[in-house]
Amino acid sequence: MPAPEQHRLIFRHIDEPGYSNDLACYLRSGGYEVLRKSVRRRPEELVDEVKKSGLRGRGGAGFPCGVKWSLLDRKSGKPIYLIVNADESEPGTFKDRYIIHKDPHQLIEGIMITCFANRVERTYIYIRGEFPEGAKILERAIAEARAANFVGPDILGTGYGCEIYLHRGAGAYICGEETGLIESLEGKRPYPRIKPPYFPAVLGLYQCPTIVNNVETICHVRHIADMGGDAFSKIGTPNNTGTRVLCVSGHVRRPGYYEFDVGRLTMGQLLNEVCGGPLPGRKLKAVIPGGSSAKVLRFGERYKGRRKVGAEMVEYDWGVEDIPMDFDSLAMVGSMGGSGGVIVMDDSVSMVEALGNINAFYSHESCGQCTPCREGSLWMQRITARMAHGGARPEDGALLKSVADQIAGRTICAFGEACAWPTQSFVAKFGDEFAAFGRQKDRPRSDAEPELV
Amino acid sequence: MMNLNPETLQKIDEVIPHYPVKRSAVLPLLHFVQEEHGYISDEAIEWIASRLEIQPINVYELVTFYPMLRRKPIGRRHIRVCRTLSCALMGGYRTCAEFQRQFNTGLGGVSPDGEVTVEFVECLASCGTAPVVMIDDRLHENVDPAKARALSQEIKAAAPAAGSR
Repeated sequence: MPAPEQHRLIFRHIDEPGYSNDLACYLRSGGYEVLRKSVRRRPEELVDEVKKSGLRGRGGAGFPCGVKWSLLDRKSGKPIYLIVNADESEPGTFKDRYIIHKDPHQLIEGIMITCFANRVERTYIYIRGEFPEGAKILERAIAEARAANFVGPDILGTGYGCEIYLHRGAGAYICGEETGLIESLEGKRPYPRIKPPYFPAVLGLYQCPTIVNNVETICHVRHIADMGGDAFSKIGTPNNTGTRVLCVSGHVRRPGYYEFDVGRLTMGQLLNEVCGGPLPGRKLKAVIPGGSSAKVLRFGERYKGRRKVGAEMVEYDWGVEDIPMDFDSLAMVGSMGGSGGVIVMDDSVSMVEALGNINAFYSHESCGQCTPCREGSLWMQRITARMAHGGARPEDGALLKSVADQIAGRTICAFGEACAWPTQSFVAKFGDEFAAFGRQKDRPRSDAEPELV
Repeated sequence: MMNLNPETLQKIDEVIPHYPVKRSAVLPLLHFVQEEHGYISDEAIEWIASRLEIQPINVYELVTFYPMLRRKPIGRRHIRVCRTLSCALMGGYRTCAEFQRQFNTGLGGVSPDGEVTVEFVECLASCGTAPVVMIDDRLHENVDPAKARALSQEIKAAAPAAGSR
């Protein structure tokens, strides 16, 4: 079956010739019309639209956005904050970069609609430190929007006011975790908070009710307010509504960003048709479907079970190529849609080295608060690095698994899972390669120039 | 008294009221000071702490935590090569080695001519155009060793002549 056409909602203008990131261009393209329309409605209506839309968060967890908003403690009398998570730090993910650089006003319009709907009077955009140009672009866009009364003390003459401030991170992955982000914004080390009691919707920034939403999620809010929740919910597939930006990197001919109705496209269509298939003379070996912490899928393996289609339960028997790219299907095959970052590896890649690369990332980024994660991520990194540099032993696969199995579920935040899942899945699916690695004649010598780790 | 230029001081005065609690401004202040001085000195830690009415340890603990904050000066130009998986799959390690060869320097140090610091950093979030490199604040995409050599030549050509520094 041929791949469906891209449906560019969020990335509509990203590659449009002549489209620039200034206010004048955004206004020429119908910008801020949805905000104008929205501030004339009741805030509760807008929240209902988002609930009806079925929008799920695009940052990684896929939590329903409307539910997140409805958990806000509105009775406390404390101010409500919105934090836009622009920390985009899950390896393999690069969608927010393009929104921020090329269409910042779309984000700002989404923010203001979100704020109006939730009676937020102050927003912080937490942008990762590695986006200095993006930060300048956003600063300018916010200033332009303020000068035009889309942001500020009296938005479009309604008497409603809301400020947006930009806050730059400084290179720490853990700040993408929402409670770590909040600690960072409060000027502390970004150690994630324990839940309960620190659910951001109740005890968030400065112990006030707080919404933390991803950049892409906030942009979707603008489109939901525009077309209505019902219309949005008809895009994509049930429980996986709307469009989704998929970021493809690694070993395909045309890596890049592609936006499709969620679940209407399979992994095979994405990689072989949209991205042009493997590099010349190569075969696809493995793919990580939702950012580097998602569990790896091995080409050639089958996934069988029963799933709900409409009202009926039907059997499915999928290869990797057959998996629909939506939250639920990817969860059914034991991985996740996560942040939409698809990392492709062909048959030139050593899975031991690839895992070594991933483990180096997570051991570097563990915040160090919980012992299983701090020590475990470090040992997994050391073991895979030793293996990659000539010291592999047949029992290393089992050793790696035993370390990983003691992390997940024993930490304050989901980083424990994020750092354990790659090791667990690589060893489970490529155990033969891990076992053989030490015996290989052509294994990398300890003095070889490193390729991946 | 810290030696900061008036523009930096103005940025500091503007950013503090963005937050209901002064302590929140510590990361912005660290950025501003590092942008002007190139690194965070003991004196800077003391100064920021007193400006925000917090203890120096509350500033120091951030400097030691965040990868982008430095305790030492770096070269005139800062070359940050992405190390993470997508870039590595496309040859990021070779790109990084090429920059090191071009400037005869190891990772994280200052090259003998004082010109550059080459660093391996974690994901720069531009995986579709891997390998990527940030030189100062600017992102360069699809940087294979040949492009790394060309970028190195540009840096060398733009360097102030020896002796005129």
